[in-house]
Amino acid sequence: MSKILVIAEHLGGKLNSSTARAVSAAIAVKGDAIDVLVLADNVDAIAVEAAKIDGVSRVLTVARPENAQPLAAVLAPQIAKVAAGYSHVFVPSTTFGKDVAPRVAALLGVAQVSDVMSVEAAHTFKRPIYAGNAIITVEADANHTVVATIRSASWAAASNGANSAPIEVLAIDAALPTHTRYVELKQGSSDRPDLQSASKVVSGGRGVGSKENFEIIYKFADRIGAAVGASRAAVDAGYVPSEMQVGQTGKIIAPELYMAIGISGAIQHLTGIKDAGTIVAINKDGEAPIFEIADFGLVGDLFKLIPELEQVLG
Amino acid sequence: MKILVGYKRVVDYNVRIQVKPDGSGVVTDGVKLSANPFDDIALEEALRLREKGVATEVIVVGIGPADLTAHLRNGLAMGANRAIHVLTSESVQPLTAARVFLKLIEKEQPGLVILGKQAIDDDANQTGQMLAALWDRPQATFASKVEITDGKATVTREVDAGLEVIEAELPAVITTDLRLNEPRFIKLPDIMKAKSKPIDTIEFDSLGVAAHDHLKITHYAAPAKRSKGVMVKDAAELVAALKQKGLL
Ligand SMILES: Cc1cc2nc3c(=O)[nH]c(=O)nc-3n(C[C@H](O)[C@H](O)[C@H](O)COP(=O)(O)OP(=O)(O)OC[C@H]3O[C@@H](n4cnc5c(N)ncnc54)[C@H](O)[C@@H]3O)c2cc1C
Ligand SMILES: Cc1cc2nc3c(=O)[nH]c(=O)nc-3n(C[C@H](O)[C@H](O)[C@H](O)COP(=O)(O)OP(=O)(O)OC[C@H]3O[C@@H](n4cnc5c(N)ncnc54)[C@H](O)[C@@H]3O)c2cc1C
Repeated sequence: MSKILVIAEHLGGKLNSSTARAVSAAIAVKGDAIDVLVLADNVDAIAVEAAKIDGVSRVLTVARPENAQPLAAVLAPQIAKVAAGYSHVFVPSTTFGKDVAPRVAALLGVAQVSDVMSVEAAHTFKRPIYAGNAIITVEADANHTVVATIRSASWAAASNGANSAPIEVLAIDAALPTHTRYVELKQGSSDRPDLQSASKVVSGGRGVGSKENFEIIYKFADRIGAAVGASRAAVDAGYVPSEMQVGQTGKIIAPELYMAIGISGAIQHLTGIKDAGTIVAINKDGEAPIFEIADFGLVGDLFKLIPELEQVLG
Repeated sequence: MKILVGYKRVVDYNVRIQVKPDGSGVVTDGVKLSANPFDDIALEEALRLREKGVATEVIVVGIGPADLTAHLRNGLAMGANRAIHVLTSESVQPLTAARVFLKLIEKEQPGLVILGKQAIDDDANQTGQMLAALWDRPQATFASKVEITDGKATVTREVDAGLEVIEAELPAVITTDLRLNEPRFIKLPDIMKAKSKPIDTIEFDSLGVAAHDHLKITHYAAPAKRSKGVMVKDAAELVAALKQKGLL
């Protein structure tokens, strides 16, 4: 008798692929219905995309000007209202979901399961703790709604296209606070693939040495059609902006190919790439811990090896 | 204005955590414990706001067993004016921690509560958001820059898409990200001074917070290991290997 509500994540009028990944986790619950909730100012295009995801029963929309930006304090009371009647509320474990889901859980007076990696049964889940150094099995109380964030890297996106779920407009009567206001989003503009969903990622670390030197990473990534990531050390040193950080406190990603260049392989970095298909490490230090988990390791100076790789690729 | 700071003690981030062979937990006996790194950042931010004259008093809060006192002394040595120790030998889940903070807020009436965005043991990333909901006040999570002017906080947040700036009316809850600041080191004279600073001990049971935990951990396991791969000798061999796997 499970009914699952999945909260859609979107930006600039487009559905984020983390939503279809959360739907995959919802499918694993083997419930009776999966509804996707879209909160936005203009819901239509997003709802149409969500309705195509296989496994979705209905798409519910709440169009309000207050929902133009993803402010947790504004969205949470609306989600909590809709959550009545659902056994589960699933939210992608992205900065959007991490921000809003606990606020919903607290309004419902229930615990939250963070970063669900697998669904063992309707109320039993696996999740990582200690930067992924231990995996716990958690049992939630079946008498309460389960609020959970879904670890995107653990779930493939539910397939898309065959479905056309009905779209229903909801009118929610919830008092929305005005104490929190959106000012702006500063986004690095880039034509490169999105780090979180790219099939190939090239990351640079402190070994790259400077912002200027990072050009060599960008150039190589463009050559093979990859997104670009970085270690915390590279972000802290100002080589690249913070949204490029991969790891425990950055993005958790699962590309088919991950290339770590000039990155030592600290546990907090490895947490972010555990689910990658193939990991390649290039490092001048043959003892670097990154080689312990790399599928292919190449010891040497990145400033010599990257041009060589480009040359071999022709 | 008073600032309440969450100051949780966790297994040090350098410790390589081992899961007990019977799956009943992780080995914590004898391992090094330290302040949650995000909470050191929270405390540093509060101290800077006090030094700028924005805040008058900084209070560190710890929820945990009797031996938490030494850890709270570190927070006092770093510069907090006083500490509150909510005494419990039971583990507290985030919703319970948030309810405890709410009780302390009712008593202390702070203008700002700064917590870590996550504690590096459970990596739950929940307490601050839950507290803001229960308190019905703004939240500014994952903060990398905080400015307080005219009764409001302008906070830059590290989000997946970039840097988001929001304004929150005070009182509010802020949770810290790594790049907010670099915490100061504790100096020896400060450790001496901290000995005379007050630590208020409050019995958990006296707060009237229901500690009904909805989540039960039934098993701990070590993560699946990636098998060690192969070393290639040069660029040509690497490209050939990746081409063979269809990755290039
Ligand atoms: C609470 C907490 C959270 C954290 N979260 C994260 C996180 O999310 N993500 C993250 O990445 N880190 C995180 N860290 C930091 C982490 O512990 C490491 O400090 C960081 O990952 C190191 O980055 P790095 O590998 O680039 O730098 P270093 O460890 O300095 O390694 C640089 C590497 O480059 C190599 N090198 C140098 N020059 C060359 C060259 N010319 N050619 C080839 N190789 C070269 C060196 O041999 C070395 O191995 C966190 C730490 C803490 C405490
Ligand atoms: C299902 C479950 C079962 C658990 N079972 C056990 C167990 O059997 N034994 C055990 O030892 N632990 C157990 N824990 C861990 C313990 O209860 C954690 O302290 C709790 O989950 C809080 O999580 P967190 O600190 O990761 O929260 P987060 O939301 O990640 O913490 C964010 C911030 O909140 C503040 N904060 C949170 N807790 C405290 C605190 N205690 N004192 C001061 N500030 C705080 C800090 O500022 C912190 O940076 C369990 C946790 C869960 C989720």
